[in-house]
Amino acid sequence: MTSQNLARTIEQAREAALEELRGLTGEEGLEEWRVRYLGRRGRLTAALRSLGTLAQEERRVVGAQANQAKALLEESLAQARRRVRESRIAGLAQEERIDVTRPGRPVAMGRFHPLTRILREICDAFESMGFQVVEGPEVEWDRYNFEMLNIPRDHPARDMWNTLWIDQEDDEGRQSMLLRTHTSPMQARTMERVKPPVRVIVPGKCYRYEATDATHEWHFYQVEGLAVDEGITLANLKGTLYEFARRLFGAERKVRFRCDYFPFVEPGVEMAIDCFACEGAGCRICREAGWIEILGAGMVHPKVLEGVGYDPAVHTGFAFGMGPERIAMLKYGIEDIRLFYSNDLRFLRQF
Amino acid sequence: MRVPISWLKEFVDIEVPVEELAHRLTMAGLEVGEVITTGGWENCFVGHVERVEPHPNAQRLTLCAVATGAGVQQVVCGAPNVAAGQKIAFARVGATLIDGRTGRPSRLKAAKIRGVVSEGMICSEKELGLGEDHDGILTLPQDAPVGTPLDDYMGDQALDLEPTPNRADWLSVLGVAYEAAALTGARAREPEALYPEEGLPISAHISVSIQDPDLCPRYTASLIKGIAVGPSPRWLRERLERCGVRPINNVVDVTNYVMLEYGQPLHAFDYETLLKGRILVRRAYTGETMETLDGVVRALDSSHLVIADDRDARALGGIVGGMDSGISEGTTDVLLESASFNPANNRQTAQAFRLRTEATARFEKGLRPGLTAPALRRATQLIHQVAGGTVAKGIVDVYPGRREPEAILLTSARMKKVLGVGYPREQVEEVLDALGFRSQREGDSDLRVTPPYWRSDVTIEDDLVEEAARIIGYDAIPTQMMATPLPALERQEMRDFREEARDLLVRSGLQEVISYSAVSLDALREAGAAGDGAGLLKVANPMSREYQYMRPTLRASLLQTLASNLARQTESVGIFEIGRVYLKRPKGLPEEPETAAGLLYGPRAKEGWLGDAGHYDFYDAKGVVEAALEQMGAAASFQPGADDFFHPGKTASITVNGAAVGVVGEVHPVVQERFQIDGGPVAFFEMRLDRLLAALPQGKRPLKSLARYPSSIRDISILVDSDVPAAKVQAVIEGRPLVERAVLFDAYEGKEAPPGRVSLAYRIYFQAANRTLSSEEVNRDLAKVVRLLEREAGASLRGGETTAG
Ligand SMILES: [Zn+2]
Repeated sequence: MTSQNLARTIEQAREAALEELRGLTGEEGLEEWRVRYLGRRGRLTAALRSLGTLAQEERRVVGAQANQAKALLEESLAQARRRVRESRIAGLAQEERIDVTRPGRPVAMGRFHPLTRILREICDAFESMGFQVVEGPEVEWDRYNFEMLNIPRDHPARDMWNTLWIDQEDDEGRQSMLLRTHTSPMQARTMERVKPPVRVIVPGKCYRYEATDATHEWHFYQVEGLAVDEGITLANLKGTLYEFARRLFGAERKVRFRCDYFPFVEPGVEMAIDCFACEGAGCRICREAGWIEILGAGMVHPKVLEGVGYDPAVHTGFAFGMGPERIAMLKYGIEDIRLFYSNDLRFLRQF
Repeated sequence: MRVPISWLKEFVDIEVPVEELAHRLTMAGLEVGEVITTGGWENCFVGHVERVEPHPNAQRLTLCAVATGAGVQQVVCGAPNVAAGQKIAFARVGATLIDGRTGRPSRLKAAKIRGVVSEGMICSEKELGLGEDHDGILTLPQDAPVGTPLDDYMGDQALDLEPTPNRADWLSVLGVAYEAAALTGARAREPEALYPEEGLPISAHISVSIQDPDLCPRYTASLIKGIAVGPSPRWLRERLERCGVRPINNVVDVTNYVMLEYGQPLHAFDYETLLKGRILVRRAYTGETMETLDGVVRALDSSHLVIADDRDARALGGIVGGMDSGISEGTTDVLLESASFNPANNRQTAQAFRLRTEATARFEKGLRPGLTAPALRRATQLIHQVAGGTVAKGIVDVYPGRREPEAILLTSARMKKVLGVGYPREQVEEVLDALGFRSQREGDSDLRVTPPYWRSDVTIEDDLVEEAARIIGYDAIPTQMMATPLPALERQEMRDFREEARDLLVRSGLQEVISYSAVSLDALREAGAAGDGAGLLKVANPMSREYQYMRPTLRASLLQTLASNLARQTESVGIFEIGRVYLKRPKGLPEEPETAAGLLYGPRAKEGWLGDAGHYDFYDAKGVVEAALEQMGAAASFQPGADDFFHPGKTASITVNGAAVGVVGEVHPVVQERFQIDGGPVAFFEMRLDRLLAALPQGKRPLKSLARYPSSIRDISILVDSDVPAAKVQAVIEGRPLVERAVLFDAYEGKEAPPGRVSLAYRIYFQAANRTLSSEEVNRDLAKVVRLLEREAGASLRGGETTAG
């Protein structure tokens, strides 16, 4: 090839390239253009390769022209790339629009049962006051469920706990195995095991032979608490339970302590909080009382302490028990206790 | 227990409003459920019927002139029993009365009845809301003051009480009176029981002996001869009715009245029916029978206490009378019994015969023997008053179980130790005195206290501490945090682990459920978990057959939950439960291991525009298990399992450190059918958390150091026989020291693969801890992997595309 021809070829390639480049708008077109002109087998590259056939003087002249052309095309390409990129970014809103109102891809979200949530909340509140969580058997002996709690056989207070018995006789031919009617058996079990100081909280399932309705279940949870040491008083009971009520129900809650009876405490206590629905004025939730009873408590009865080998003249303590279902119902506005164990997913998915 | 305020006021002056009294009683431990008002009779007055004349236009009506204290008013009356001279309840126009026909309140308007103006109404019991009687008008006693508002004359309020089981005395008006006195700063007084006695001493008529003083420590009796049995006077009937007790006849009504007043149940015998005037309090003979008042013939034995005459049992002591020894219309001589019975024995017998009554509700709580005589005298007085007759001299009082009441020392130190606060001795004395306790000062600050004869619940010092605390009020006790040392911390490993497992399963997207711990035998059978039934823990008195057995597995519970939710048109279900199962042991309490189980059923994704994500299957359940176990740091292996609950080809046992910890699989189609679950597989897992915890490596998990040199990646695709488990192939590959891990990224069985062979594709990551591996090194090792696979898994290389990494 003559040097003129080659120079013309370069000139033509350059012009054609620039001309073509002006019409390109996409990244892909630009890449194709690059391959066509500047690629290994591109037009300009081919021209440059042909330089070798020229005489040295001609090669220098045409070579310079070719390198200029190459630089120009590369610069133009870079410019064109910037232009294309800018216009693509400017056009994103139009070109790449999606319908953001369609639902997102579903994520399987697990949830805790509301009772798990409330039990954890209750335990956390007491754990932060130095109580430790312990658990005990649900199938119990009469001895722990009743006798060691100062409730002998044929005691009228047994009517407070209608019992479900296990169909199994002991060595004396008596039915003495039962489904615990409260978590209180762990009071005796714990004190038999350790010496004071004792500070435990006992969550767990309990059972009673009881007709079910919107506020009664035969199968339910209870949380028991027990603190025993030298110097524990009813004032401490009030302090601890007041603090608990504030944590669970809010700092503005008022509490009320009245006398109540449980055979395993003396004196006996019932704690109520002021109704948060009506602020104490009386409504359906508090049955017009303005107060909502949330737990039973008291100072551990000296006979219970004696029964586990503690000296009631030295050690005193308080115990309390509460129903987490009731607390969950109040906190979450649940109106029927039976919802907790019917496992209706429409209900459970709301927590 | 209902206590009319009017009755209460006989024994204590109440200076506070009834609502306030109710509040104080409630705070002190005697819950007042409701204050029931009798009255609210606006515009009603005591009236006097001056004249009664026939209605000019109606045969059945009369025209009455009624003096009302504010002139005489004309009333048209339809009652047959109206008569001149009667004192009646007069309702003026504007009064609100119960409509005799509809039973609803309605306002009385001026009306012309058959042409004659009626200016008011003479009321029946029903119209005043006092009872059901609407046949005639209510007539009032002759001494009723005309013109007095009816509310003032006969209105009342009653406390509806919910006494606690320790307080038999709260089942009596007097007991409540002492309580009210202490709470309002008043003093209560007891009724006087004065009556004339005539003739021979009672011992000439009756002899009583007690054979079993442990069951009957005291027996007192009086004899009233020549009475007339008939209806009680109005005041007595009214009182009983306001307490919710149905009047029967004057003698029985008095026994009920005194039971309500004193809390001591009494029994009245027809003296004539008692053979030879002898009473023997004894245990029944084996084989002895007695027809009780309810007409049932009871078979007795030596655990039952009877009140017998010279021959037969005439009453079940403290429970119910015999059929033919009770008061009848013809009774003229009454032997009145007031006795003390053993509470436990009374309760056992009443429960055994299903004869729990107002009397046993008191006896079972333990009544003090001291209560018998005062109640007997009061009842004798009232029978004499309302039924006439003469009272024999003295009373029978057989008291073999006499025990002098022991005084209890109440120290101020104990008070402070239990309550955290002390009270001045004078204040405590005042409280105890108002409650009827006698106290003597001892030392500088202590008291020696004797409980009154009606209190059976006060036996130890702390009982007295409670008396002081509850009457002074729990509000007076300070609110203090504990300042005592914390106990040593004991880690609760099982609980911590169980809660971790709960967190993990929730994080894997499952909904937690909690089901009843007891299930039906049918459900267990359907789940294949009943065995022959003998190994199950059975509830003797279940709520229903549905909850007869303590569950030995969570399987039935979860399938029932799935089925019930499918019935509610839920499409896709992913649930788990962590709870105890109950495993019977030959002796002793059952084992209660914590168990976790879950299931996945239905479409993986909710229906939607993003397309079908397929249906949950075995590998979803296994994925949940693997993720949870990995998080717990357990290296688990899965082997084809055999368990009738599961699809025989789609179940694996889960092993951790050689211990079987659970199963995962798809539920057997037959089991699924029994629970009426169709439309796709149920992927299910169950793990024993106790076994899993025991199998976990102890101590802290060592942290792996992070790789410092890049890994190289090679993909291979091999063919193996269909029965070669992928786990084996994986193990061979990962057995090479330079292989960091291998991931199965494709598995194919079907047309493209030779029959009986499965195609598996693995991405293998090669890595060394101390250098970057060269391409040659990696390729050499890959070749070794392939040779090992050929030799140990019968694999043939299908393709090996390599990727530089
Ligand atoms: Zn309210």
